Amino acid sequence: MIDLVGYGAFFLTTALIFSLITLGLNLQWGLTGLFNVGLAGFVAIGAYTSALLTTPDDPARLGGLGLPIVIGWLGAMFVGGVAAALTGIATLRLRSDYLAITTFGVAVVVQLVALNAQKLTGGPFGIGFIPRPFGGLAETPLLFNLSNLAIVSAVTLAAFLALERLTRSPWGRVLKALREDERAAISLGKSARFYRVQAFAVGGAIMALAGALQAHFIGFIAPDNYLSILTFQVWVMLIVGGSGSNAGAIAGSVLVWAIWAGSGALTSVLFAPEQQARAASLQIVAIGVMLCVILLARPNGIFGERPRRALFGKRTKVTASESGS
Amino acid sequence: MNLQFVVDGLLTGSMIGLGAIGVTLTYSILRFSNFAHGDFMAWGTYATLAVVGAIAAMFGKVAPIAPLSFGWPLIVALIVGAAFTALLALLLDKVLFSRLRKQEQAIIAVMGSFGASMALRSLLEFIFTSRPTYFSRAIQIAMPVGFGIRITPDQIALLILTAALVLGVHLLTTRTQTGRSMQAMSQNPALARIAGIDVASVVRVTWVIGAALACVAGVMIGVLVQIRPLMGFDMLLPMFAAAILGGIGSIPGAVLGGLIIGLAEAGAVQLIGAEWRAAVSFIILMAVLIVRPIGLFGVRER
Repeated sequence: MIDLVGYGAFFLTTALIFSLITLGLNLQWGLTGLFNVGLAGFVAIGAYTSALLTTPDDPARLGGLGLPIVIGWLGAMFVGGVAAALTGIATLRLRSDYLAITTFGVAVVVQLVALNAQKLTGGPFGIGFIPRPFGGLAETPLLFNLSNLAIVSAVTLAAFLALERLTRSPWGRVLKALREDERAAISLGKSARFYRVQAFAVGGAIMALAGALQAHFIGFIAPDNYLSILTFQVWVMLIVGGSGSNAGAIAGSVLVWAIWAGSGALTSVLFAPEQQARAASLQIVAIGVMLCVILLARPNGIFGERPRRALFGKRTKVTASESGS
Repeated sequence: MNLQFVVDGLLTGSMIGLGAIGVTLTYSILRFSNFAHGDFMAWGTYATLAVVGAIAAMFGKVAPIAPLSFGWPLIVALIVGAAFTALLALLLDKVLFSRLRKQEQAIIAVMGSFGASMALRSLLEFIFTSRPTYFSRAIQIAMPVGFGIRITPDQIALLILTAALVLGVHLLTTRTQTGRSMQAMSQNPALARIAGIDVASVVRVTWVIGAALACVAGVMIGVLVQIRPLMGFDMLLPMFAAAILGGIGSIPGAVLGGLIIGLAEAGAVQLIGAEWRAAVSFIILMAVLIVRPIGLFGVRER
């Protein structure tokens, strides 16, 4: 029974960290319509930044400043936000596809740096001994898992409430207006590029924070954690939850992570150990097909807003009540 | 600095360039960047490999053509593989892309291609596992051609093949009615439709050319390097960078962009080290986007 509670806490912690990434993506894509296929890169930037700031000194590696964990998290948000802002500044005046290609490139380059800049990132072996928020409780796993869950829940809730407020604020309304009808919004004197760069940067900072949280929760990071499969998982979570809705982003993340973890457990029971790598790839095929089917059937997600019907002219008006859930 | 990097760069550049032709055509005519293009490459290569295996099972071991490492089975298999890849692209268009392209936001098709890419790649890993394989394990002796450059017969043959294919596609798109229809579609789809251009057939030709060339590029990688399920995905960033560097919609531009990136990569391998190779295309991509986003031969969008 206690094992089950412990596992439940572990499962929820991971799911909530995914939720946080999905919330960041929802701000970028759901609210602003910016396509980020390199989000794994921004998550990695956060994880590595926080690890470098907080780990104890290591002669084999740069960094290792031994700072408090909170400083690591703030640093992760700052660096992730700056990286996203730079990406946005370089590409947001161009067609939306260019942003997609550039973010893809960012993820590739971050992966390269993580693998090859041994002095900074520890190379393929990654960075270990990342301080954990409740490291002292590690002897009693249940308490340790529950306290981790508590802190991750608190951060996710804070992000959720902040984003809900932002969505309803004048700032959020400008973003929605830009997504729905760029020309009208520009004619009202809003600089499309400036607002988009801001949204992209805040989204990147949230993703980086999620990366940092996970790094401190597991205590160890390596380049393999941040492959394109992570980007893909988060996209599926957002689409299932319904892009544009913060509550949907969290629900979708928990649901998809449950399906993912459940099917993973199922394959480990059903398949012999030497067949498991193959079975795992079949799992990805299934999720990929699922994403395509959802895009075909309900592009706004299972729980998302219903496709807008054209009432007057091309698009319906976006009302204030539509924001949020 | 050793001049060998020129040969290496031209070869890598040919692979990137052949792939980038498909990327640039899909982007300019179908109006979305296809993240599954790299996986067409990998699927084409594995299809070719399977046909080579089938031929070997039917006819026994076939001796390779004099200096080359491969014989007629690979040539036959390449044609079958290219046809298979084209069919795969047409099938995906029918069930997925054509429907997503109709939706209001063009970016939905990009997202669909990202999902399809993940599924296609993992399906390959499931069928063939992620272990690398080869068309031939024979080692070719590279011949010196002066200036410290060495080249193998395979490499010469593949460079000639690339040149012939690029010339062929260039003539097809500039001198034939189909090619002119494709250009019309990329410049102004609405007007092209009014002018009575058969849109469906232009879409089909676009997929067939792109996918078949992707298959050839993949087989080149298979002959010269190795075959892995991830081989196409790893080429995605260089291909996008080449297409944008050359200017979206321009076939000579895509090939030239591919060659520039190939040469830059080969140069970087000598100067900095092979592990940083993938960063080269990103740096070139960013430079193009900041300095001249329409690329070398691009036209400003209307």
